[in-house]
Amino acid sequence: MRRTMLFMPGSKPGNLLNGDVYGADSIIIDLEDAVALAEKDSARILTKHAMRTFHYDCELIIRINSLTTPFWQADLDAVIPEKPDVIMPTKIYTADDIRTIDAYITEIEKAHGMEVGGVKLLPLLETAASIEHAFEIATASPRMVGLYLGAMDLALDMKATRTHEGYDIAYARSRLVIAARAAGIDALDTPYTWDIHDNDGLAEETRMVKNMGFNGKACIYPGQVEVVNDIFSPTKERYEWALAIVKGAEEAEAQGKGVVAVNGELVDGPVIIIARNTVAEYEKINGVHRS
Amino acid sequence: MKIKKEASAGTATKNDALITISPRDAEGIEVELKSIVKVQFGDQLIAAAKGMAQEMGVTSALIKIEDKGALDYVIRARVEAAVLRAQGGADE
Repeated sequence: MRRTMLFMPGSKPGNLLNGDVYGADSIIIDLEDAVALAEKDSARILTKHAMRTFHYDCELIIRINSLTTPFWQADLDAVIPEKPDVIMPTKIYTADDIRTIDAYITEIEKAHGMEVGGVKLLPLLETAASIEHAFEIATASPRMVGLYLGAMDLALDMKATRTHEGYDIAYARSRLVIAARAAGIDALDTPYTWDIHDNDGLAEETRMVKNMGFNGKACIYPGQVEVVNDIFSPTKERYEWALAIVKGAEEAEAQGKGVVAVNGELVDGPVIIIARNTVAEYEKINGVHRS
Repeated sequence: MKIKKEASAGTATKNDALITISPRDAEGIEVELKSIVKVQFGDQLIAAAKGMAQEMGVTSALIKIEDKGALDYVIRARVEAAVLRAQGGADE
């Protein structure tokens, strides 16, 4: 579950101390854009020591510098032995980029006696080429758990102008969701960067991308987490609707009936699957255990 | 290993520490600490800095710490970065 992924700079000890207290499903420790060139070394060393010291109560993602920089291997050398859940590669262009990173992580895992493939990949698609190669990238490695859209760099690469309505990235969002779904992995949306205090705008954009099929959205400010989590979480009413369908389907199956009727309404296969997913998601988020 | 040139890492801002490592004529690691929590945690911070430098094989150096409420892991990380920079390592 990745409703929210909260960014924090790998260079700031205060952020690394309490990154998991804001309720995000994942935190992204950033070694890339949030870190000045002169501090790349100290940020990755600080991140390594933070990972040795803290057990974050959420998924831990490390955003590394791109293959076009001299830093990406040193980033991986520092953090992979500390067993992050996920590595987020940046400025990906093709599936070969993913394979290059995969192979290097494998070397480190073997050298440290770690399970090969234990560290997952969730790359940023933020180049026009990466959108064109989205499905190949999504299926480039068994480590892949999702695709994450990076709107600012993508707009720059497309020579587009970022719009509040998202016209500039509408095609990229759709293409990314389709590629991720076809590959059976998560689709994660770019953060809302227009105004970090504009929760109404954030909610509107979040509802839109949820309806498009995204699993979640990155956050650049702790105050955004609750808004995004709420929208990506099933309501109690939705859960009760879904639970009724799941129970109806279970009863019909036990009685050998092929048709499910709930509250007098016939329910077909896709709705049952949606209902099962909704029940599972709600119970995971709220710690519900049905007997 | 003797530290042969001065190098720094970290910042003198909240939750961080500015670490400066420099050559020392005599053998051994000397630590100078400036901290608002020196009375409470001074020994612990000095031990963290010295321990990290020793793990990296440093035998002679002066480490100056300007602490602004850093935890041990920050001290260790900043010492590691400073030592690597002094050796011309890391990204330099």
